[in-house]
Amino acid sequence: MRISGKGLISGGRRVNFSFNGVSYMGQEGDTLASALLANGVHLVGRSFKYHRPRGILTAGSEEPNALVSVGKGAAQDPNIRATQQEVFEGLVARSQNCWPSVGHDVMALNDLAAPFLGAGFYYKTFMWPAPLWEKLYEPVIRRAAGLGALSGSANTEPYEKAFAFCDLLVIGSGPAGLMAALTAGRAGADVILAEDDSRMGGRLLAEMEEIDDKPAHVWVAEVLAELAGLDNVRLMTRTAVTGAFDQGTYSALERVSHHLPPSQSLKTAHRPRECFWRIAARATVLAAGAIERPVAFRNNDRPGIMTAGAVRAYLNRWGVAPGERITLFANNDDAHRTARDLVAAGVHIAAVIDSRHDAPDGRDFSVIKGAVVCNTSGRKRLETITLRNVSGEEKIQTDCLAMSGGWNPSVHLTCHMNARPVWNRDIAAFVPRAGAVPGMVVAGAANGSLSTHAALAEGAGAAVAALGQLGITAEAPALPRACDAPYRISPLWAVPGKGRAWLDFQNDVTVKDVAQAAQENFRSVEHMKRYTTQGMATDQGKNSNVAALAVLADATGRSIAETGVTTFRPPFVPTTIAAMGAGAAGQGFKPQRYLTSHRTSLKRGAANTEVGLWYRASYFAKEGETTWRQSCDREVMMVRNAVGVCDVSTLGKIDIKGPDAAKLLDLIYTNLFSTLKIGRVRYGLMLREDGFVMDDGTTARLGQDHYVMTTTTAAAGQVMAHLEYLSQVARPDLDVRFTSVTDQWAQFAVAGPKARALIDALVAEEINGETYPFMACGAITVGGVAGRLFRISFSGEHAYEIAVPARYGEALFDLLVTRAEAEGGGAYGMEALNVLRIEKGFITHAEINGTVTAFDLGMQGMISKKKSCWGKVLSERDGLMDEDRMRLVGLKPKGAAQELSAGAHLFEPDMTVERVNDLGYVTSVGFSPTLGHMIGLAMLSAGPDRLGDTVRLVDHTRGVDTLCEVVDPVFFDPEGGRVRG
Amino acid sequence: MRIACPLCGARDRREFTYRGAALPVPALDAGAEAWSVHVHLRENPAGPLEELWQHELGCGAWLKVRRDTVTHAMLGVVLAEDAGLAARDGEGPA
Amino acid sequence: MADVLKDLTATSPCAGLLPVTIGGLTLSEAVQLPMTLMAPFKGQEAALSHALEAAHGMSFPAPNRATGKAGARAVWFGRAQALLIGPVPDPALAAHAALTDLSDGWAVVRLEGERAEDVLARLVPVDVRIRVFKRGHTARTELKHMMASVTRVGTKSFQIMVFRSFAATLVHDLKTAMEGLAARG
Repeated sequence: MRISGKGLISGGRRVNFSFNGVSYMGQEGDTLASALLANGVHLVGRSFKYHRPRGILTAGSEEPNALVSVGKGAAQDPNIRATQQEVFEGLVARSQNCWPSVGHDVMALNDLAAPFLGAGFYYKTFMWPAPLWEKLYEPVIRRAAGLGALSGSANTEPYEKAFAFCDLLVIGSGPAGLMAALTAGRAGADVILAEDDSRMGGRLLAEMEEIDDKPAHVWVAEVLAELAGLDNVRLMTRTAVTGAFDQGTYSALERVSHHLPPSQSLKTAHRPRECFWRIAARATVLAAGAIERPVAFRNNDRPGIMTAGAVRAYLNRWGVAPGERITLFANNDDAHRTARDLVAAGVHIAAVIDSRHDAPDGRDFSVIKGAVVCNTSGRKRLETITLRNVSGEEKIQTDCLAMSGGWNPSVHLTCHMNARPVWNRDIAAFVPRAGAVPGMVVAGAANGSLSTHAALAEGAGAAVAALGQLGITAEAPALPRACDAPYRISPLWAVPGKGRAWLDFQNDVTVKDVAQAAQENFRSVEHMKRYTTQGMATDQGKNSNVAALAVLADATGRSIAETGVTTFRPPFVPTTIAAMGAGAAGQGFKPQRYLTSHRTSLKRGAANTEVGLWYRASYFAKEGETTWRQSCDREVMMVRNAVGVCDVSTLGKIDIKGPDAAKLLDLIYTNLFSTLKIGRVRYGLMLREDGFVMDDGTTARLGQDHYVMTTTTAAAGQVMAHLEYLSQVARPDLDVRFTSVTDQWAQFAVAGPKARALIDALVAEEINGETYPFMACGAITVGGVAGRLFRISFSGEHAYEIAVPARYGEALFDLLVTRAEAEGGGAYGMEALNVLRIEKGFITHAEINGTVTAFDLGMQGMISKKKSCWGKVLSERDGLMDEDRMRLVGLKPKGAAQELSAGAHLFEPDMTVERVNDLGYVTSVGFSPTLGHMIGLAMLSAGPDRLGDTVRLVDHTRGVDTLCEVVDPVFFDPEGGRVRG
Repeated sequence: MRIACPLCGARDRREFTYRGAALPVPALDAGAEAWSVHVHLRENPAGPLEELWQHELGCGAWLKVRRDTVTHAMLGVVLAEDAGLAARDGEGPA
Repeated sequence: MADVLKDLTATSPCAGLLPVTIGGLTLSEAVQLPMTLMAPFKGQEAALSHALEAAHGMSFPAPNRATGKAGARAVWFGRAQALLIGPVPDPALAAHAALTDLSDGWAVVRLEGERAEDVLARLVPVDVRIRVFKRGHTARTELKHMMASVTRVGTKSFQIMVFRSFAATLVHDLKTAMEGLAARG
């Protein structure tokens, strides 16, 4: 019920919204919770396990009960806290976890079965028979229990990630946070003030208090106006700081457009829903306030039962009285303000009940002292409470109960780096451990200082101290006059008695469940938590953890300090995966690298394949070709019989210069490069320090102190890092400089019997067997452009690689392919390239897979005996030279299927297919149109000694089980006549 | 986590690549035993540890980072080229 | 011997992708200028800087700084290296440094507008606000998983570079950030 003229949003614009299909009117500045309460709606949802009717417990992000789904279709957001969702024109929200409706929920039968559904019920009941767990029990339980549902459609809404930096991050904008920001802002520090709420001010918006003789919210407005005028202060509302991480890194979730109607126009189509911030702060003031805790008593979960502070917030900020006859039940002085404010607003008080015999008297209301609430009634809305004191029990008619078990400082962020909070008996709560997070100073209620005066003073002091760490001198502003009433509390966790008294409202955990956990010897807090699921719901037990610990402490005869706390982990508020993964959906996670030939390849019918981050042509489909194999076979034969052109620019290219360039290459490669002549290319192998093969490739010597190394596409980054490691860590004495030129040069292989004629016709220089013998290189001019030519081959054919600066790549590729086509050739892709190299037994990272040595590849001869090199010592270990190691061989199909399969494992034909009999595996396969059958490469135990043997090839994944013959890995032109010709 | 690169200043962890403990590099001819120890026998202390990180997505420098593996506190960062880890031919490992 | 008469045509890294203007911000491809990586040999840093000053009127930049001005700039490009943008390097520099032509190796774009800083805040984990990242400041950093170089070239403008092959992704990521920012209003 809205009280006319009351609250901070009165006079705001009217806003229409709907809840469970019913239209209501709210006001600008309302949350869904305040608007529902204003409309007399208390029943908002159903509980997780027992489907008990639930209402609104709190007025903040800690809300455990009032979770709703907002929006429609793919954009539907489940588990939105009604206490945080702002109303806007056209807002559509629904209850969740109920069917057919929140008023009549079939699954509420669970509540009747409650005696059987206590802690550990699932563990005990659904243990046997085991196969039924996955098939039957779990699906049924999951359907019955649960929160809101996802739409099932991909979320297409934009989310965003961003980085921010500051001297001082102030978390929370209550009295402590505002004073901290003001102090730091005036000192000229670079400040971010982050507030979870849509409006700055914290509890000052919810209390009838004065600061410097002005209403508190007026003081807030004045401070905010000053802060807004400082360009060194950034104010971030709707931004929850969710985690504290190493070296002053904080995560924060900004709700960018949850409070706005769905985008209708192009202008707002890209508006992010949320932004996930990473804030690097040199120092931090945590002023996150405190969270009020309920008291556990029988049926304390009915709609209409709220925390006392929440009742005050609805009254004072939103001008809403959550009931017409309100009862207060508390164990501390602070809660008495609720009664005071309600009376002042003219709301009827049914009773004020305080568990303390020495509770203070109220000025405008009488206090029933030394009494408790021991039960309630009213299924969908509170109707009565039962009062118990020395003289017995008495029912009181009431439609709203404001309860307070005291306040828990929001210590969560102080625990994210593994610190445990400290028990403070005076306020019966955990407070932060000093120095819990490096660079963080805690102030105000979060620090256990529960008066406005103390918060203001501590906020200013915390900023001065935090900035002092940074060498920034700040002065605390004159301390405003504010309320310094004592808090005074006498602990009351659970009212003794029969029935279910709720601790964790969201996960339906009762006092009895915790006691039972203790009885069954789950005495450690961490065990109790997992056995009962206390604190494991989306609210992470913000309202209930401390009370549950107290109950456990009581049940196990220990003090609360001895019992300890469970670990608070990030995120502080539920955070969508979409926000954390913003920008990484779909292709976003992987930048795309395009070749200069990309566009012209597509025009020529290329189908692309991803190779690491690169997009390369897989094959070029010609008219009439209906399968990739047809294209691939044609391209292979084209290279063998005419000439083919392939973009090989993805190979890593590293330019190496300096007086010690040759020394570095002799260190990294197993073979010698210092002896390589200028104008020549050599194939090289490099090892990791443990002796296994890291990579292979060719390196050209372009000058006395100038080489260009090529790496495989896959290992380009790894080799670059390795070179940096060798030159900076292992041998910083070497005077050598290198840089990646992979993207600088577009490089194309031109391979086949007609390659020389094609190249000779294109370049200014004369190209023949004498000027460019096999493994020669040099500078050329092509189409007026200075380029490089390498006579190297990965196909076994007479071949060249021609390189030009990348801007000319597209034009040169087009020219080369056009010329090749005129000679009966054309472009070839990765599939043909792969077949061509398998025919020649050339290796790629399919073979050099990290477990393979030079010996395994039959390349031990490439490890020079004339010098040492990186990895050589360990490559010579006995075990790595064992004849029985899996070593490179070729395979030919022998069975009727004529099939080979990469990834298949190899066995003796007469042995069973078991791991112990595994002889090796197939690394690469392809159909060789040259030979007319499939060919493969494999790593086979003692492989080179088995040439001519028959082995069994088994691939369970593809259902292949066949025989094949072990052959030499070089299938085609073993003498190498074609490449040299 | 942030690492103070001596060249670039404090940077987010995402720019760095981890290698492992920063140990003196044995000489190439130090023998199988020394190299085996270098590659395989690593301490895993709970507390301060010297590690090698590369500022791979930044300036490319290899860094020797002293870091507390329990608290994650950064205790010091120097360029690895100045850290004296280099192999010297003809000498065994330290 | 060549029978080709026609010269090869050049294509820029962001051909067909830029310029774009969104919400008062403009993203455009920089004019392609010669770019040369200068990596001084051991002990040659000072000599290189002098030679650079003599030949091109700018010193070798300190870490995180750029020297020179538009059209002739030396941008610090990582440990022991800087990128000379504009002039074709004087051959005398080669005595002091490894010189490597990178004119085609990097895509170079310019982001200009009132909220250019806010766009970059969505892409790079470095503080580029003018109070700490002033004109002539540069950073080698990560931009959405790509190695990048970011240089402030004006109070409201930045030069952003990634490897040439990443040009399309760079443009896409910058556009996405610009659109998101513009839509916030």
